[in-house]
Amino acid sequence: MSIVRPYGDTTGDGMVQLSFTLPIPHDKRAEGAAVQLANKMGMDPALLVHAKPMGDGFTFFVVYGRVSHLVDTEKVQVVERDFPLLSAKEVNATIKRRLRRRLNVVGACIGTDAHTVGIDAILNLKGIAGEKGLEYYSELSVTNMGAQVSVPDLVETARERKADAVLVSQVVTQRDAHLQNTRAMTAAFREALPAGKRPLLIVGGPRFDELMAGELGVDRIFGRGTTPREVASYLVHALVGSSS
Amino acid sequence: MSSKLDLDPLVVRAARRLAAKAGRPVVDLARSHTTVSVERAVLRLAGVHGADQDGIPWVNRLVDAVRADVGLGHGIATPVFHAMRSTGIDDITVLAQKAATGALRFDVPEKKADVTAARRAARKATGAGLKIVDRRRAERDRLIKRWGDPEQRPWIYLIVATGDIYEDIPQAQAAARAGADVIAVIRSTGQSLLDYVPEGATREGFAGTYATQENFRLMRAALDETSKELGRYVRLTNYASGLCMPEIAALAGMERLDMMLNDSMYGILFRDINPIRTFVDQRFSRQVHARAGIIINTGEDNYLTTADAVEAAHTVTVSQLLNEYFAHEAGLENWQLGLGHAFEINPELPESFRLELAHALLARELFPDAPLKWMPPTKHMTGDVFRGNLLDGFFNLVGALTGQGILLVGMMTEAVVTPWLSDRDIALQNVRYVLTGAGNLHEDFVPAPGGFIQQRASLVLAEAIELLEKIVDDSLLTAIAEGTFGIMKRPADRGKGLDGVARHEDGYYNPVTEALES
Repeated sequence: MSIVRPYGDTTGDGMVQLSFTLPIPHDKRAEGAAVQLANKMGMDPALLVHAKPMGDGFTFFVVYGRVSHLVDTEKVQVVERDFPLLSAKEVNATIKRRLRRRLNVVGACIGTDAHTVGIDAILNLKGIAGEKGLEYYSELSVTNMGAQVSVPDLVETARERKADAVLVSQVVTQRDAHLQNTRAMTAAFREALPAGKRPLLIVGGPRFDELMAGELGVDRIFGRGTTPREVASYLVHALVGSSS
Repeated sequence: MSSKLDLDPLVVRAARRLAAKAGRPVVDLARSHTTVSVERAVLRLAGVHGADQDGIPWVNRLVDAVRADVGLGHGIATPVFHAMRSTGIDDITVLAQKAATGALRFDVPEKKADVTAARRAARKATGAGLKIVDRRRAERDRLIKRWGDPEQRPWIYLIVATGDIYEDIPQAQAAARAGADVIAVIRSTGQSLLDYVPEGATREGFAGTYATQENFRLMRAALDETSKELGRYVRLTNYASGLCMPEIAALAGMERLDMMLNDSMYGILFRDINPIRTFVDQRFSRQVHARAGIIINTGEDNYLTTADAVEAAHTVTVSQLLNEYFAHEAGLENWQLGLGHAFEINPELPESFRLELAHALLARELFPDAPLKWMPPTKHMTGDVFRGNLLDGFFNLVGALTGQGILLVGMMTEAVVTPWLSDRDIALQNVRYVLTGAGNLHEDFVPAPGGFIQQRASLVLAEAIELLEKIVDDSLLTAIAEGTFGIMKRPADRGKGLDGVARHEDGYYNPVTEALES
């Protein structure tokens, strides 16, 4: 079946639930405003089931209602990840079995960028959103160089640590600093190391266009909301091969 | 609370003795070393204010200048106050500014009379700083008397984290009006690794707001306003952690913060800060907290986010015992020990709730006079907000049943978004329902003698003792290096901030430590 609609308790009833806050005090008018919003969102009829004042001048609402929209599952477009998402255990096991040594990762914020929030979220044990960073993976050997690392230092450290992959984070985008820094970095690696010896080059940051990898000379770009597990899975995919 | 676990008092005593034995060598290490941040804290208490054009505080510039001339091993106080006498500069901030231009040369005086005079001047200057801390503490006592403490235990602890202090303030005030007894201002990501304390009011941070003296002052003043309005003293929390623990502790004392996150091992394990740096900084910062009447919050909850909460339950107990030992050694009293633990067992595990109860009760009974800090589930919060709300309810119930002192309010949108206004409201409703409906259930709740909960608690305690014995044999630094806590391996000769550590030379002098230890 390619055409579907939401399911409450009967096929085709189109029922959905919604909760939100409006920045107005709770009264009859506020409840009417909540229903109006639900109507505009396509819920008809919209049943206001809960309204509660919060603090000064805010009201929280829960609305149930019917939507008439149809969803065609054939027409859904998604950008598919081109590598399998592995668990930490699978990442470690695959590296152990196929590489037979730890995989070396060097990370840094380059240029004047002092925002380590991105690289720390991916590398630090603490990780982000309940997911541990790459330091947590026993088969990954992680060197986090921190902020404001110069490109020559990064290349030198990558060489010294025999890096399999280099992760660079760029948050600041003033005057396209993130693009210029990335180009300088890839150029330096190309100059310093022959093609076969060059580590996998990865950049990440909230303002990169994930399609620009080729143009910037990196192997992969990770955008906003990337988790450590995705990066680890990609490393395995690109450097070690599939887990099967 | 009378004993519900029937723990063997001899075993409990043995555990404490082992923790002291394991901790002792670390204390000795802390007593024989200093750090750039300890010395900068001395300068802050002596009255050095402000920063240069690039935002580098004058305390950093002065410590760097002295260090370049004579090293840190003698302490900052003697060379600095000797220089004040010999140059005739009577404003210590002006001296720092002069030193930053390279115009001064520091030395450690050789004549006994010079040493005595320098020390006397240092004692006087830092004494003025400590007097501010004392006045702040008396002020807190007075305000609590006037406005009152929260009616219920646990105290309800809520977080704000906008990155902009002027945005944090109305949020914190709204949270207090909605029922929060304690407001924590989360720090900007990355501040723990800055080797200086930023200056002034700040309006941009990442997932949090910078800890600065001015931000402390602004928020405390705002909460005083709200406390007055509510007739209840609302406490303020920040972080004495990372590379500037001692300085932030001094600033917190001078601005009347009420609680500080201050763990003995968090920075080592989760921020890769050098272990020796951490232990030296930690001891000094805790001595300052003791003087300031600040309640510390330790970070054992973090171990359970990396290691398994059942398998590693005893590492929490071990760390609590160590934190207690280090805290007592630094002069903190039991009422100041917000020892941490968390509700992080996989909810899919059979008997998970009973295990949580056993662990929480164990902490309660091991530390009967400490206001334990009970941390909500994070690891098994999946984005299913409905289930998350249920888990938070059970977390609250354990908190009520086991008499926890400080309850960090769990958000059903953990791991989804930074809490929305409605998330906070729903979370507080959850807490209120449990505390109103079951707040006194602990009176009736007595685990069956020899039953599951008692057995589990005894087992965890036995495992804790076993681990402590191993730590005593191998040394705590080795245990940390081998990944015993939170499974991170952190050797003593690695990690950030090691270059800021110096061994005491003969004649090391620190007027603040002297005053705090007398």
